[in-house]
Amino acid sequence: MINEMLAYFADAANWSGSAGIPARLGEHLWYSLLAVLAAAVIAFPVGVFIGHTGTGRVLLVSASNVLRALPSLGIMTLLVLLMGIGLLPPLAALVLIAIPPILAGVYAGVANVEPSVVDAARAIGMKDSRIILQVELPLALPLILGGLRGAILQVVATATIAAYVNLGGLGRYIFDGLALYDYGEVLVGAVLVTALALVLDGLLALLVKALSPARRAIAR
Amino acid sequence: MRWLLDNPGQAWALTLEHLFLSIVPTVVGVALALVLGLVFGNRPRARAVITAVASAIFTIPSLALFVVIPSIIGTQILDPLNVVIALSLYATSLLVRTVFDALDAVAPEVLNAAEALGYSRARRRVFVDLPLAVAPLAAGTRVAAVTNVSLVSVGAVIGVGGLGQLFVAGYQRNYPDQILAGIIVILVLALVLDRLIAGAARVLTPWLHHGAAPGQAPGRRRPAIGRAKVATIPVQDTANREEPK
Repeated sequence: MINEMLAYFADAANWSGSAGIPARLGEHLWYSLLAVLAAAVIAFPVGVFIGHTGTGRVLLVSASNVLRALPSLGIMTLLVLLMGIGLLPPLAALVLIAIPPILAGVYAGVANVEPSVVDAARAIGMKDSRIILQVELPLALPLILGGLRGAILQVVATATIAAYVNLGGLGRYIFDGLALYDYGEVLVGAVLVTALALVLDGLLALLVKALSPARRAIAR
Repeated sequence: MRWLLDNPGQAWALTLEHLFLSIVPTVVGVALALVLGLVFGNRPRARAVITAVASAIFTIPSLALFVVIPSIIGTQILDPLNVVIALSLYATSLLVRTVFDALDAVAPEVLNAAEALGYSRARRRVFVDLPLAVAPLAAGTRVAAVTNVSLVSVGAVIGVGGLGQLFVAGYQRNYPDQILAGIIVILVLALVLDRLIAGAARVLTPWLHHGAAPGQAPGRRRPAIGRAKVATIPVQDTANREEPK
């Protein structure tokens, strides 16, 4: 199997065209990007609101637990049957998966800001909007980025399953290979997805690190 | 829901398979993580290596792991063992960090007291550190169990997925009801397991729910003062240790 996989990688024909590795990689990243952006648009304001006001905390915890248990394969297949084949149903499933980590990161980041810092900002006359934008969000940045990192990794991993409902992406190799009993091709997909996840994780870890010293400087 | 009512026998069989496939890896994960944590908890270098390997394993998408394991250990691709091993790896990776953190969180005074009473290092590990780590460990185990319940279903695309097989069958037959039934049962299973583990943890840690004498509650959060803006979600658990799919 490993030899077949290496042969697949070595064949130049597999590196070009619409089923080539760069194209599949591009599709995979494209779905992931769309899903994370949409999830961020939804989760970010909600997280800031709950973190800032403290209302709805119980709801947040139970909602994120339920979403954690949602089986992505089930959601994807169900949405495809209900909405038809296309980009939207799998994308909606990916968005659902990306929301909890982003929401938790934003909420925890904002809620963990030292209350005395918020009180000080209020005492010097800042309005809520300024407190959120200029005090809470900068201090919450490391946790927000941490949540974003978790969401991206999960979406990249789950986007593999989108190939099951006739989308592209790196999962194509796994499902096409399984259908043809060509386990070399299955391995190609598995190795590529894993490599993508590990590389992204490393890059995001660096990014979080690079953007975090601001917090320590302020805290001192 | 009609499918569920019309096929109780099949649903029950799949539920049992699903439970088996998600509980075994959770138990294996707890056991392995505890052994690793208790043995290597005090060795910084080994700890760093274990943590790095664990987070790398956790980053591998489950579908990829399911199909790669046969070529590593030589099982058949449709062998349920692949799913069990993959989920055990995830559970261990998730929990080993929890065990490290939980052992770190045991108050030094408690350890000194144990030492003063003449506990040997190994005995202290098992009879002092371990019980005090139960509460955070239970929290991690709940996450691992719920994650496993949902991940098992991915195995359906390689023919081993408990209730996930309803997704594959429902999708192929264009029968949304069957998929919905699978989702509902999985959510119920996750909820039940979550509550069971939480309940077991309560039973195992009576000192945390006994009107808690001051300083006697290592697993308990300090009462929030003032505006009570304390996050109730353990951040690493929800943000960085999410389930891979």
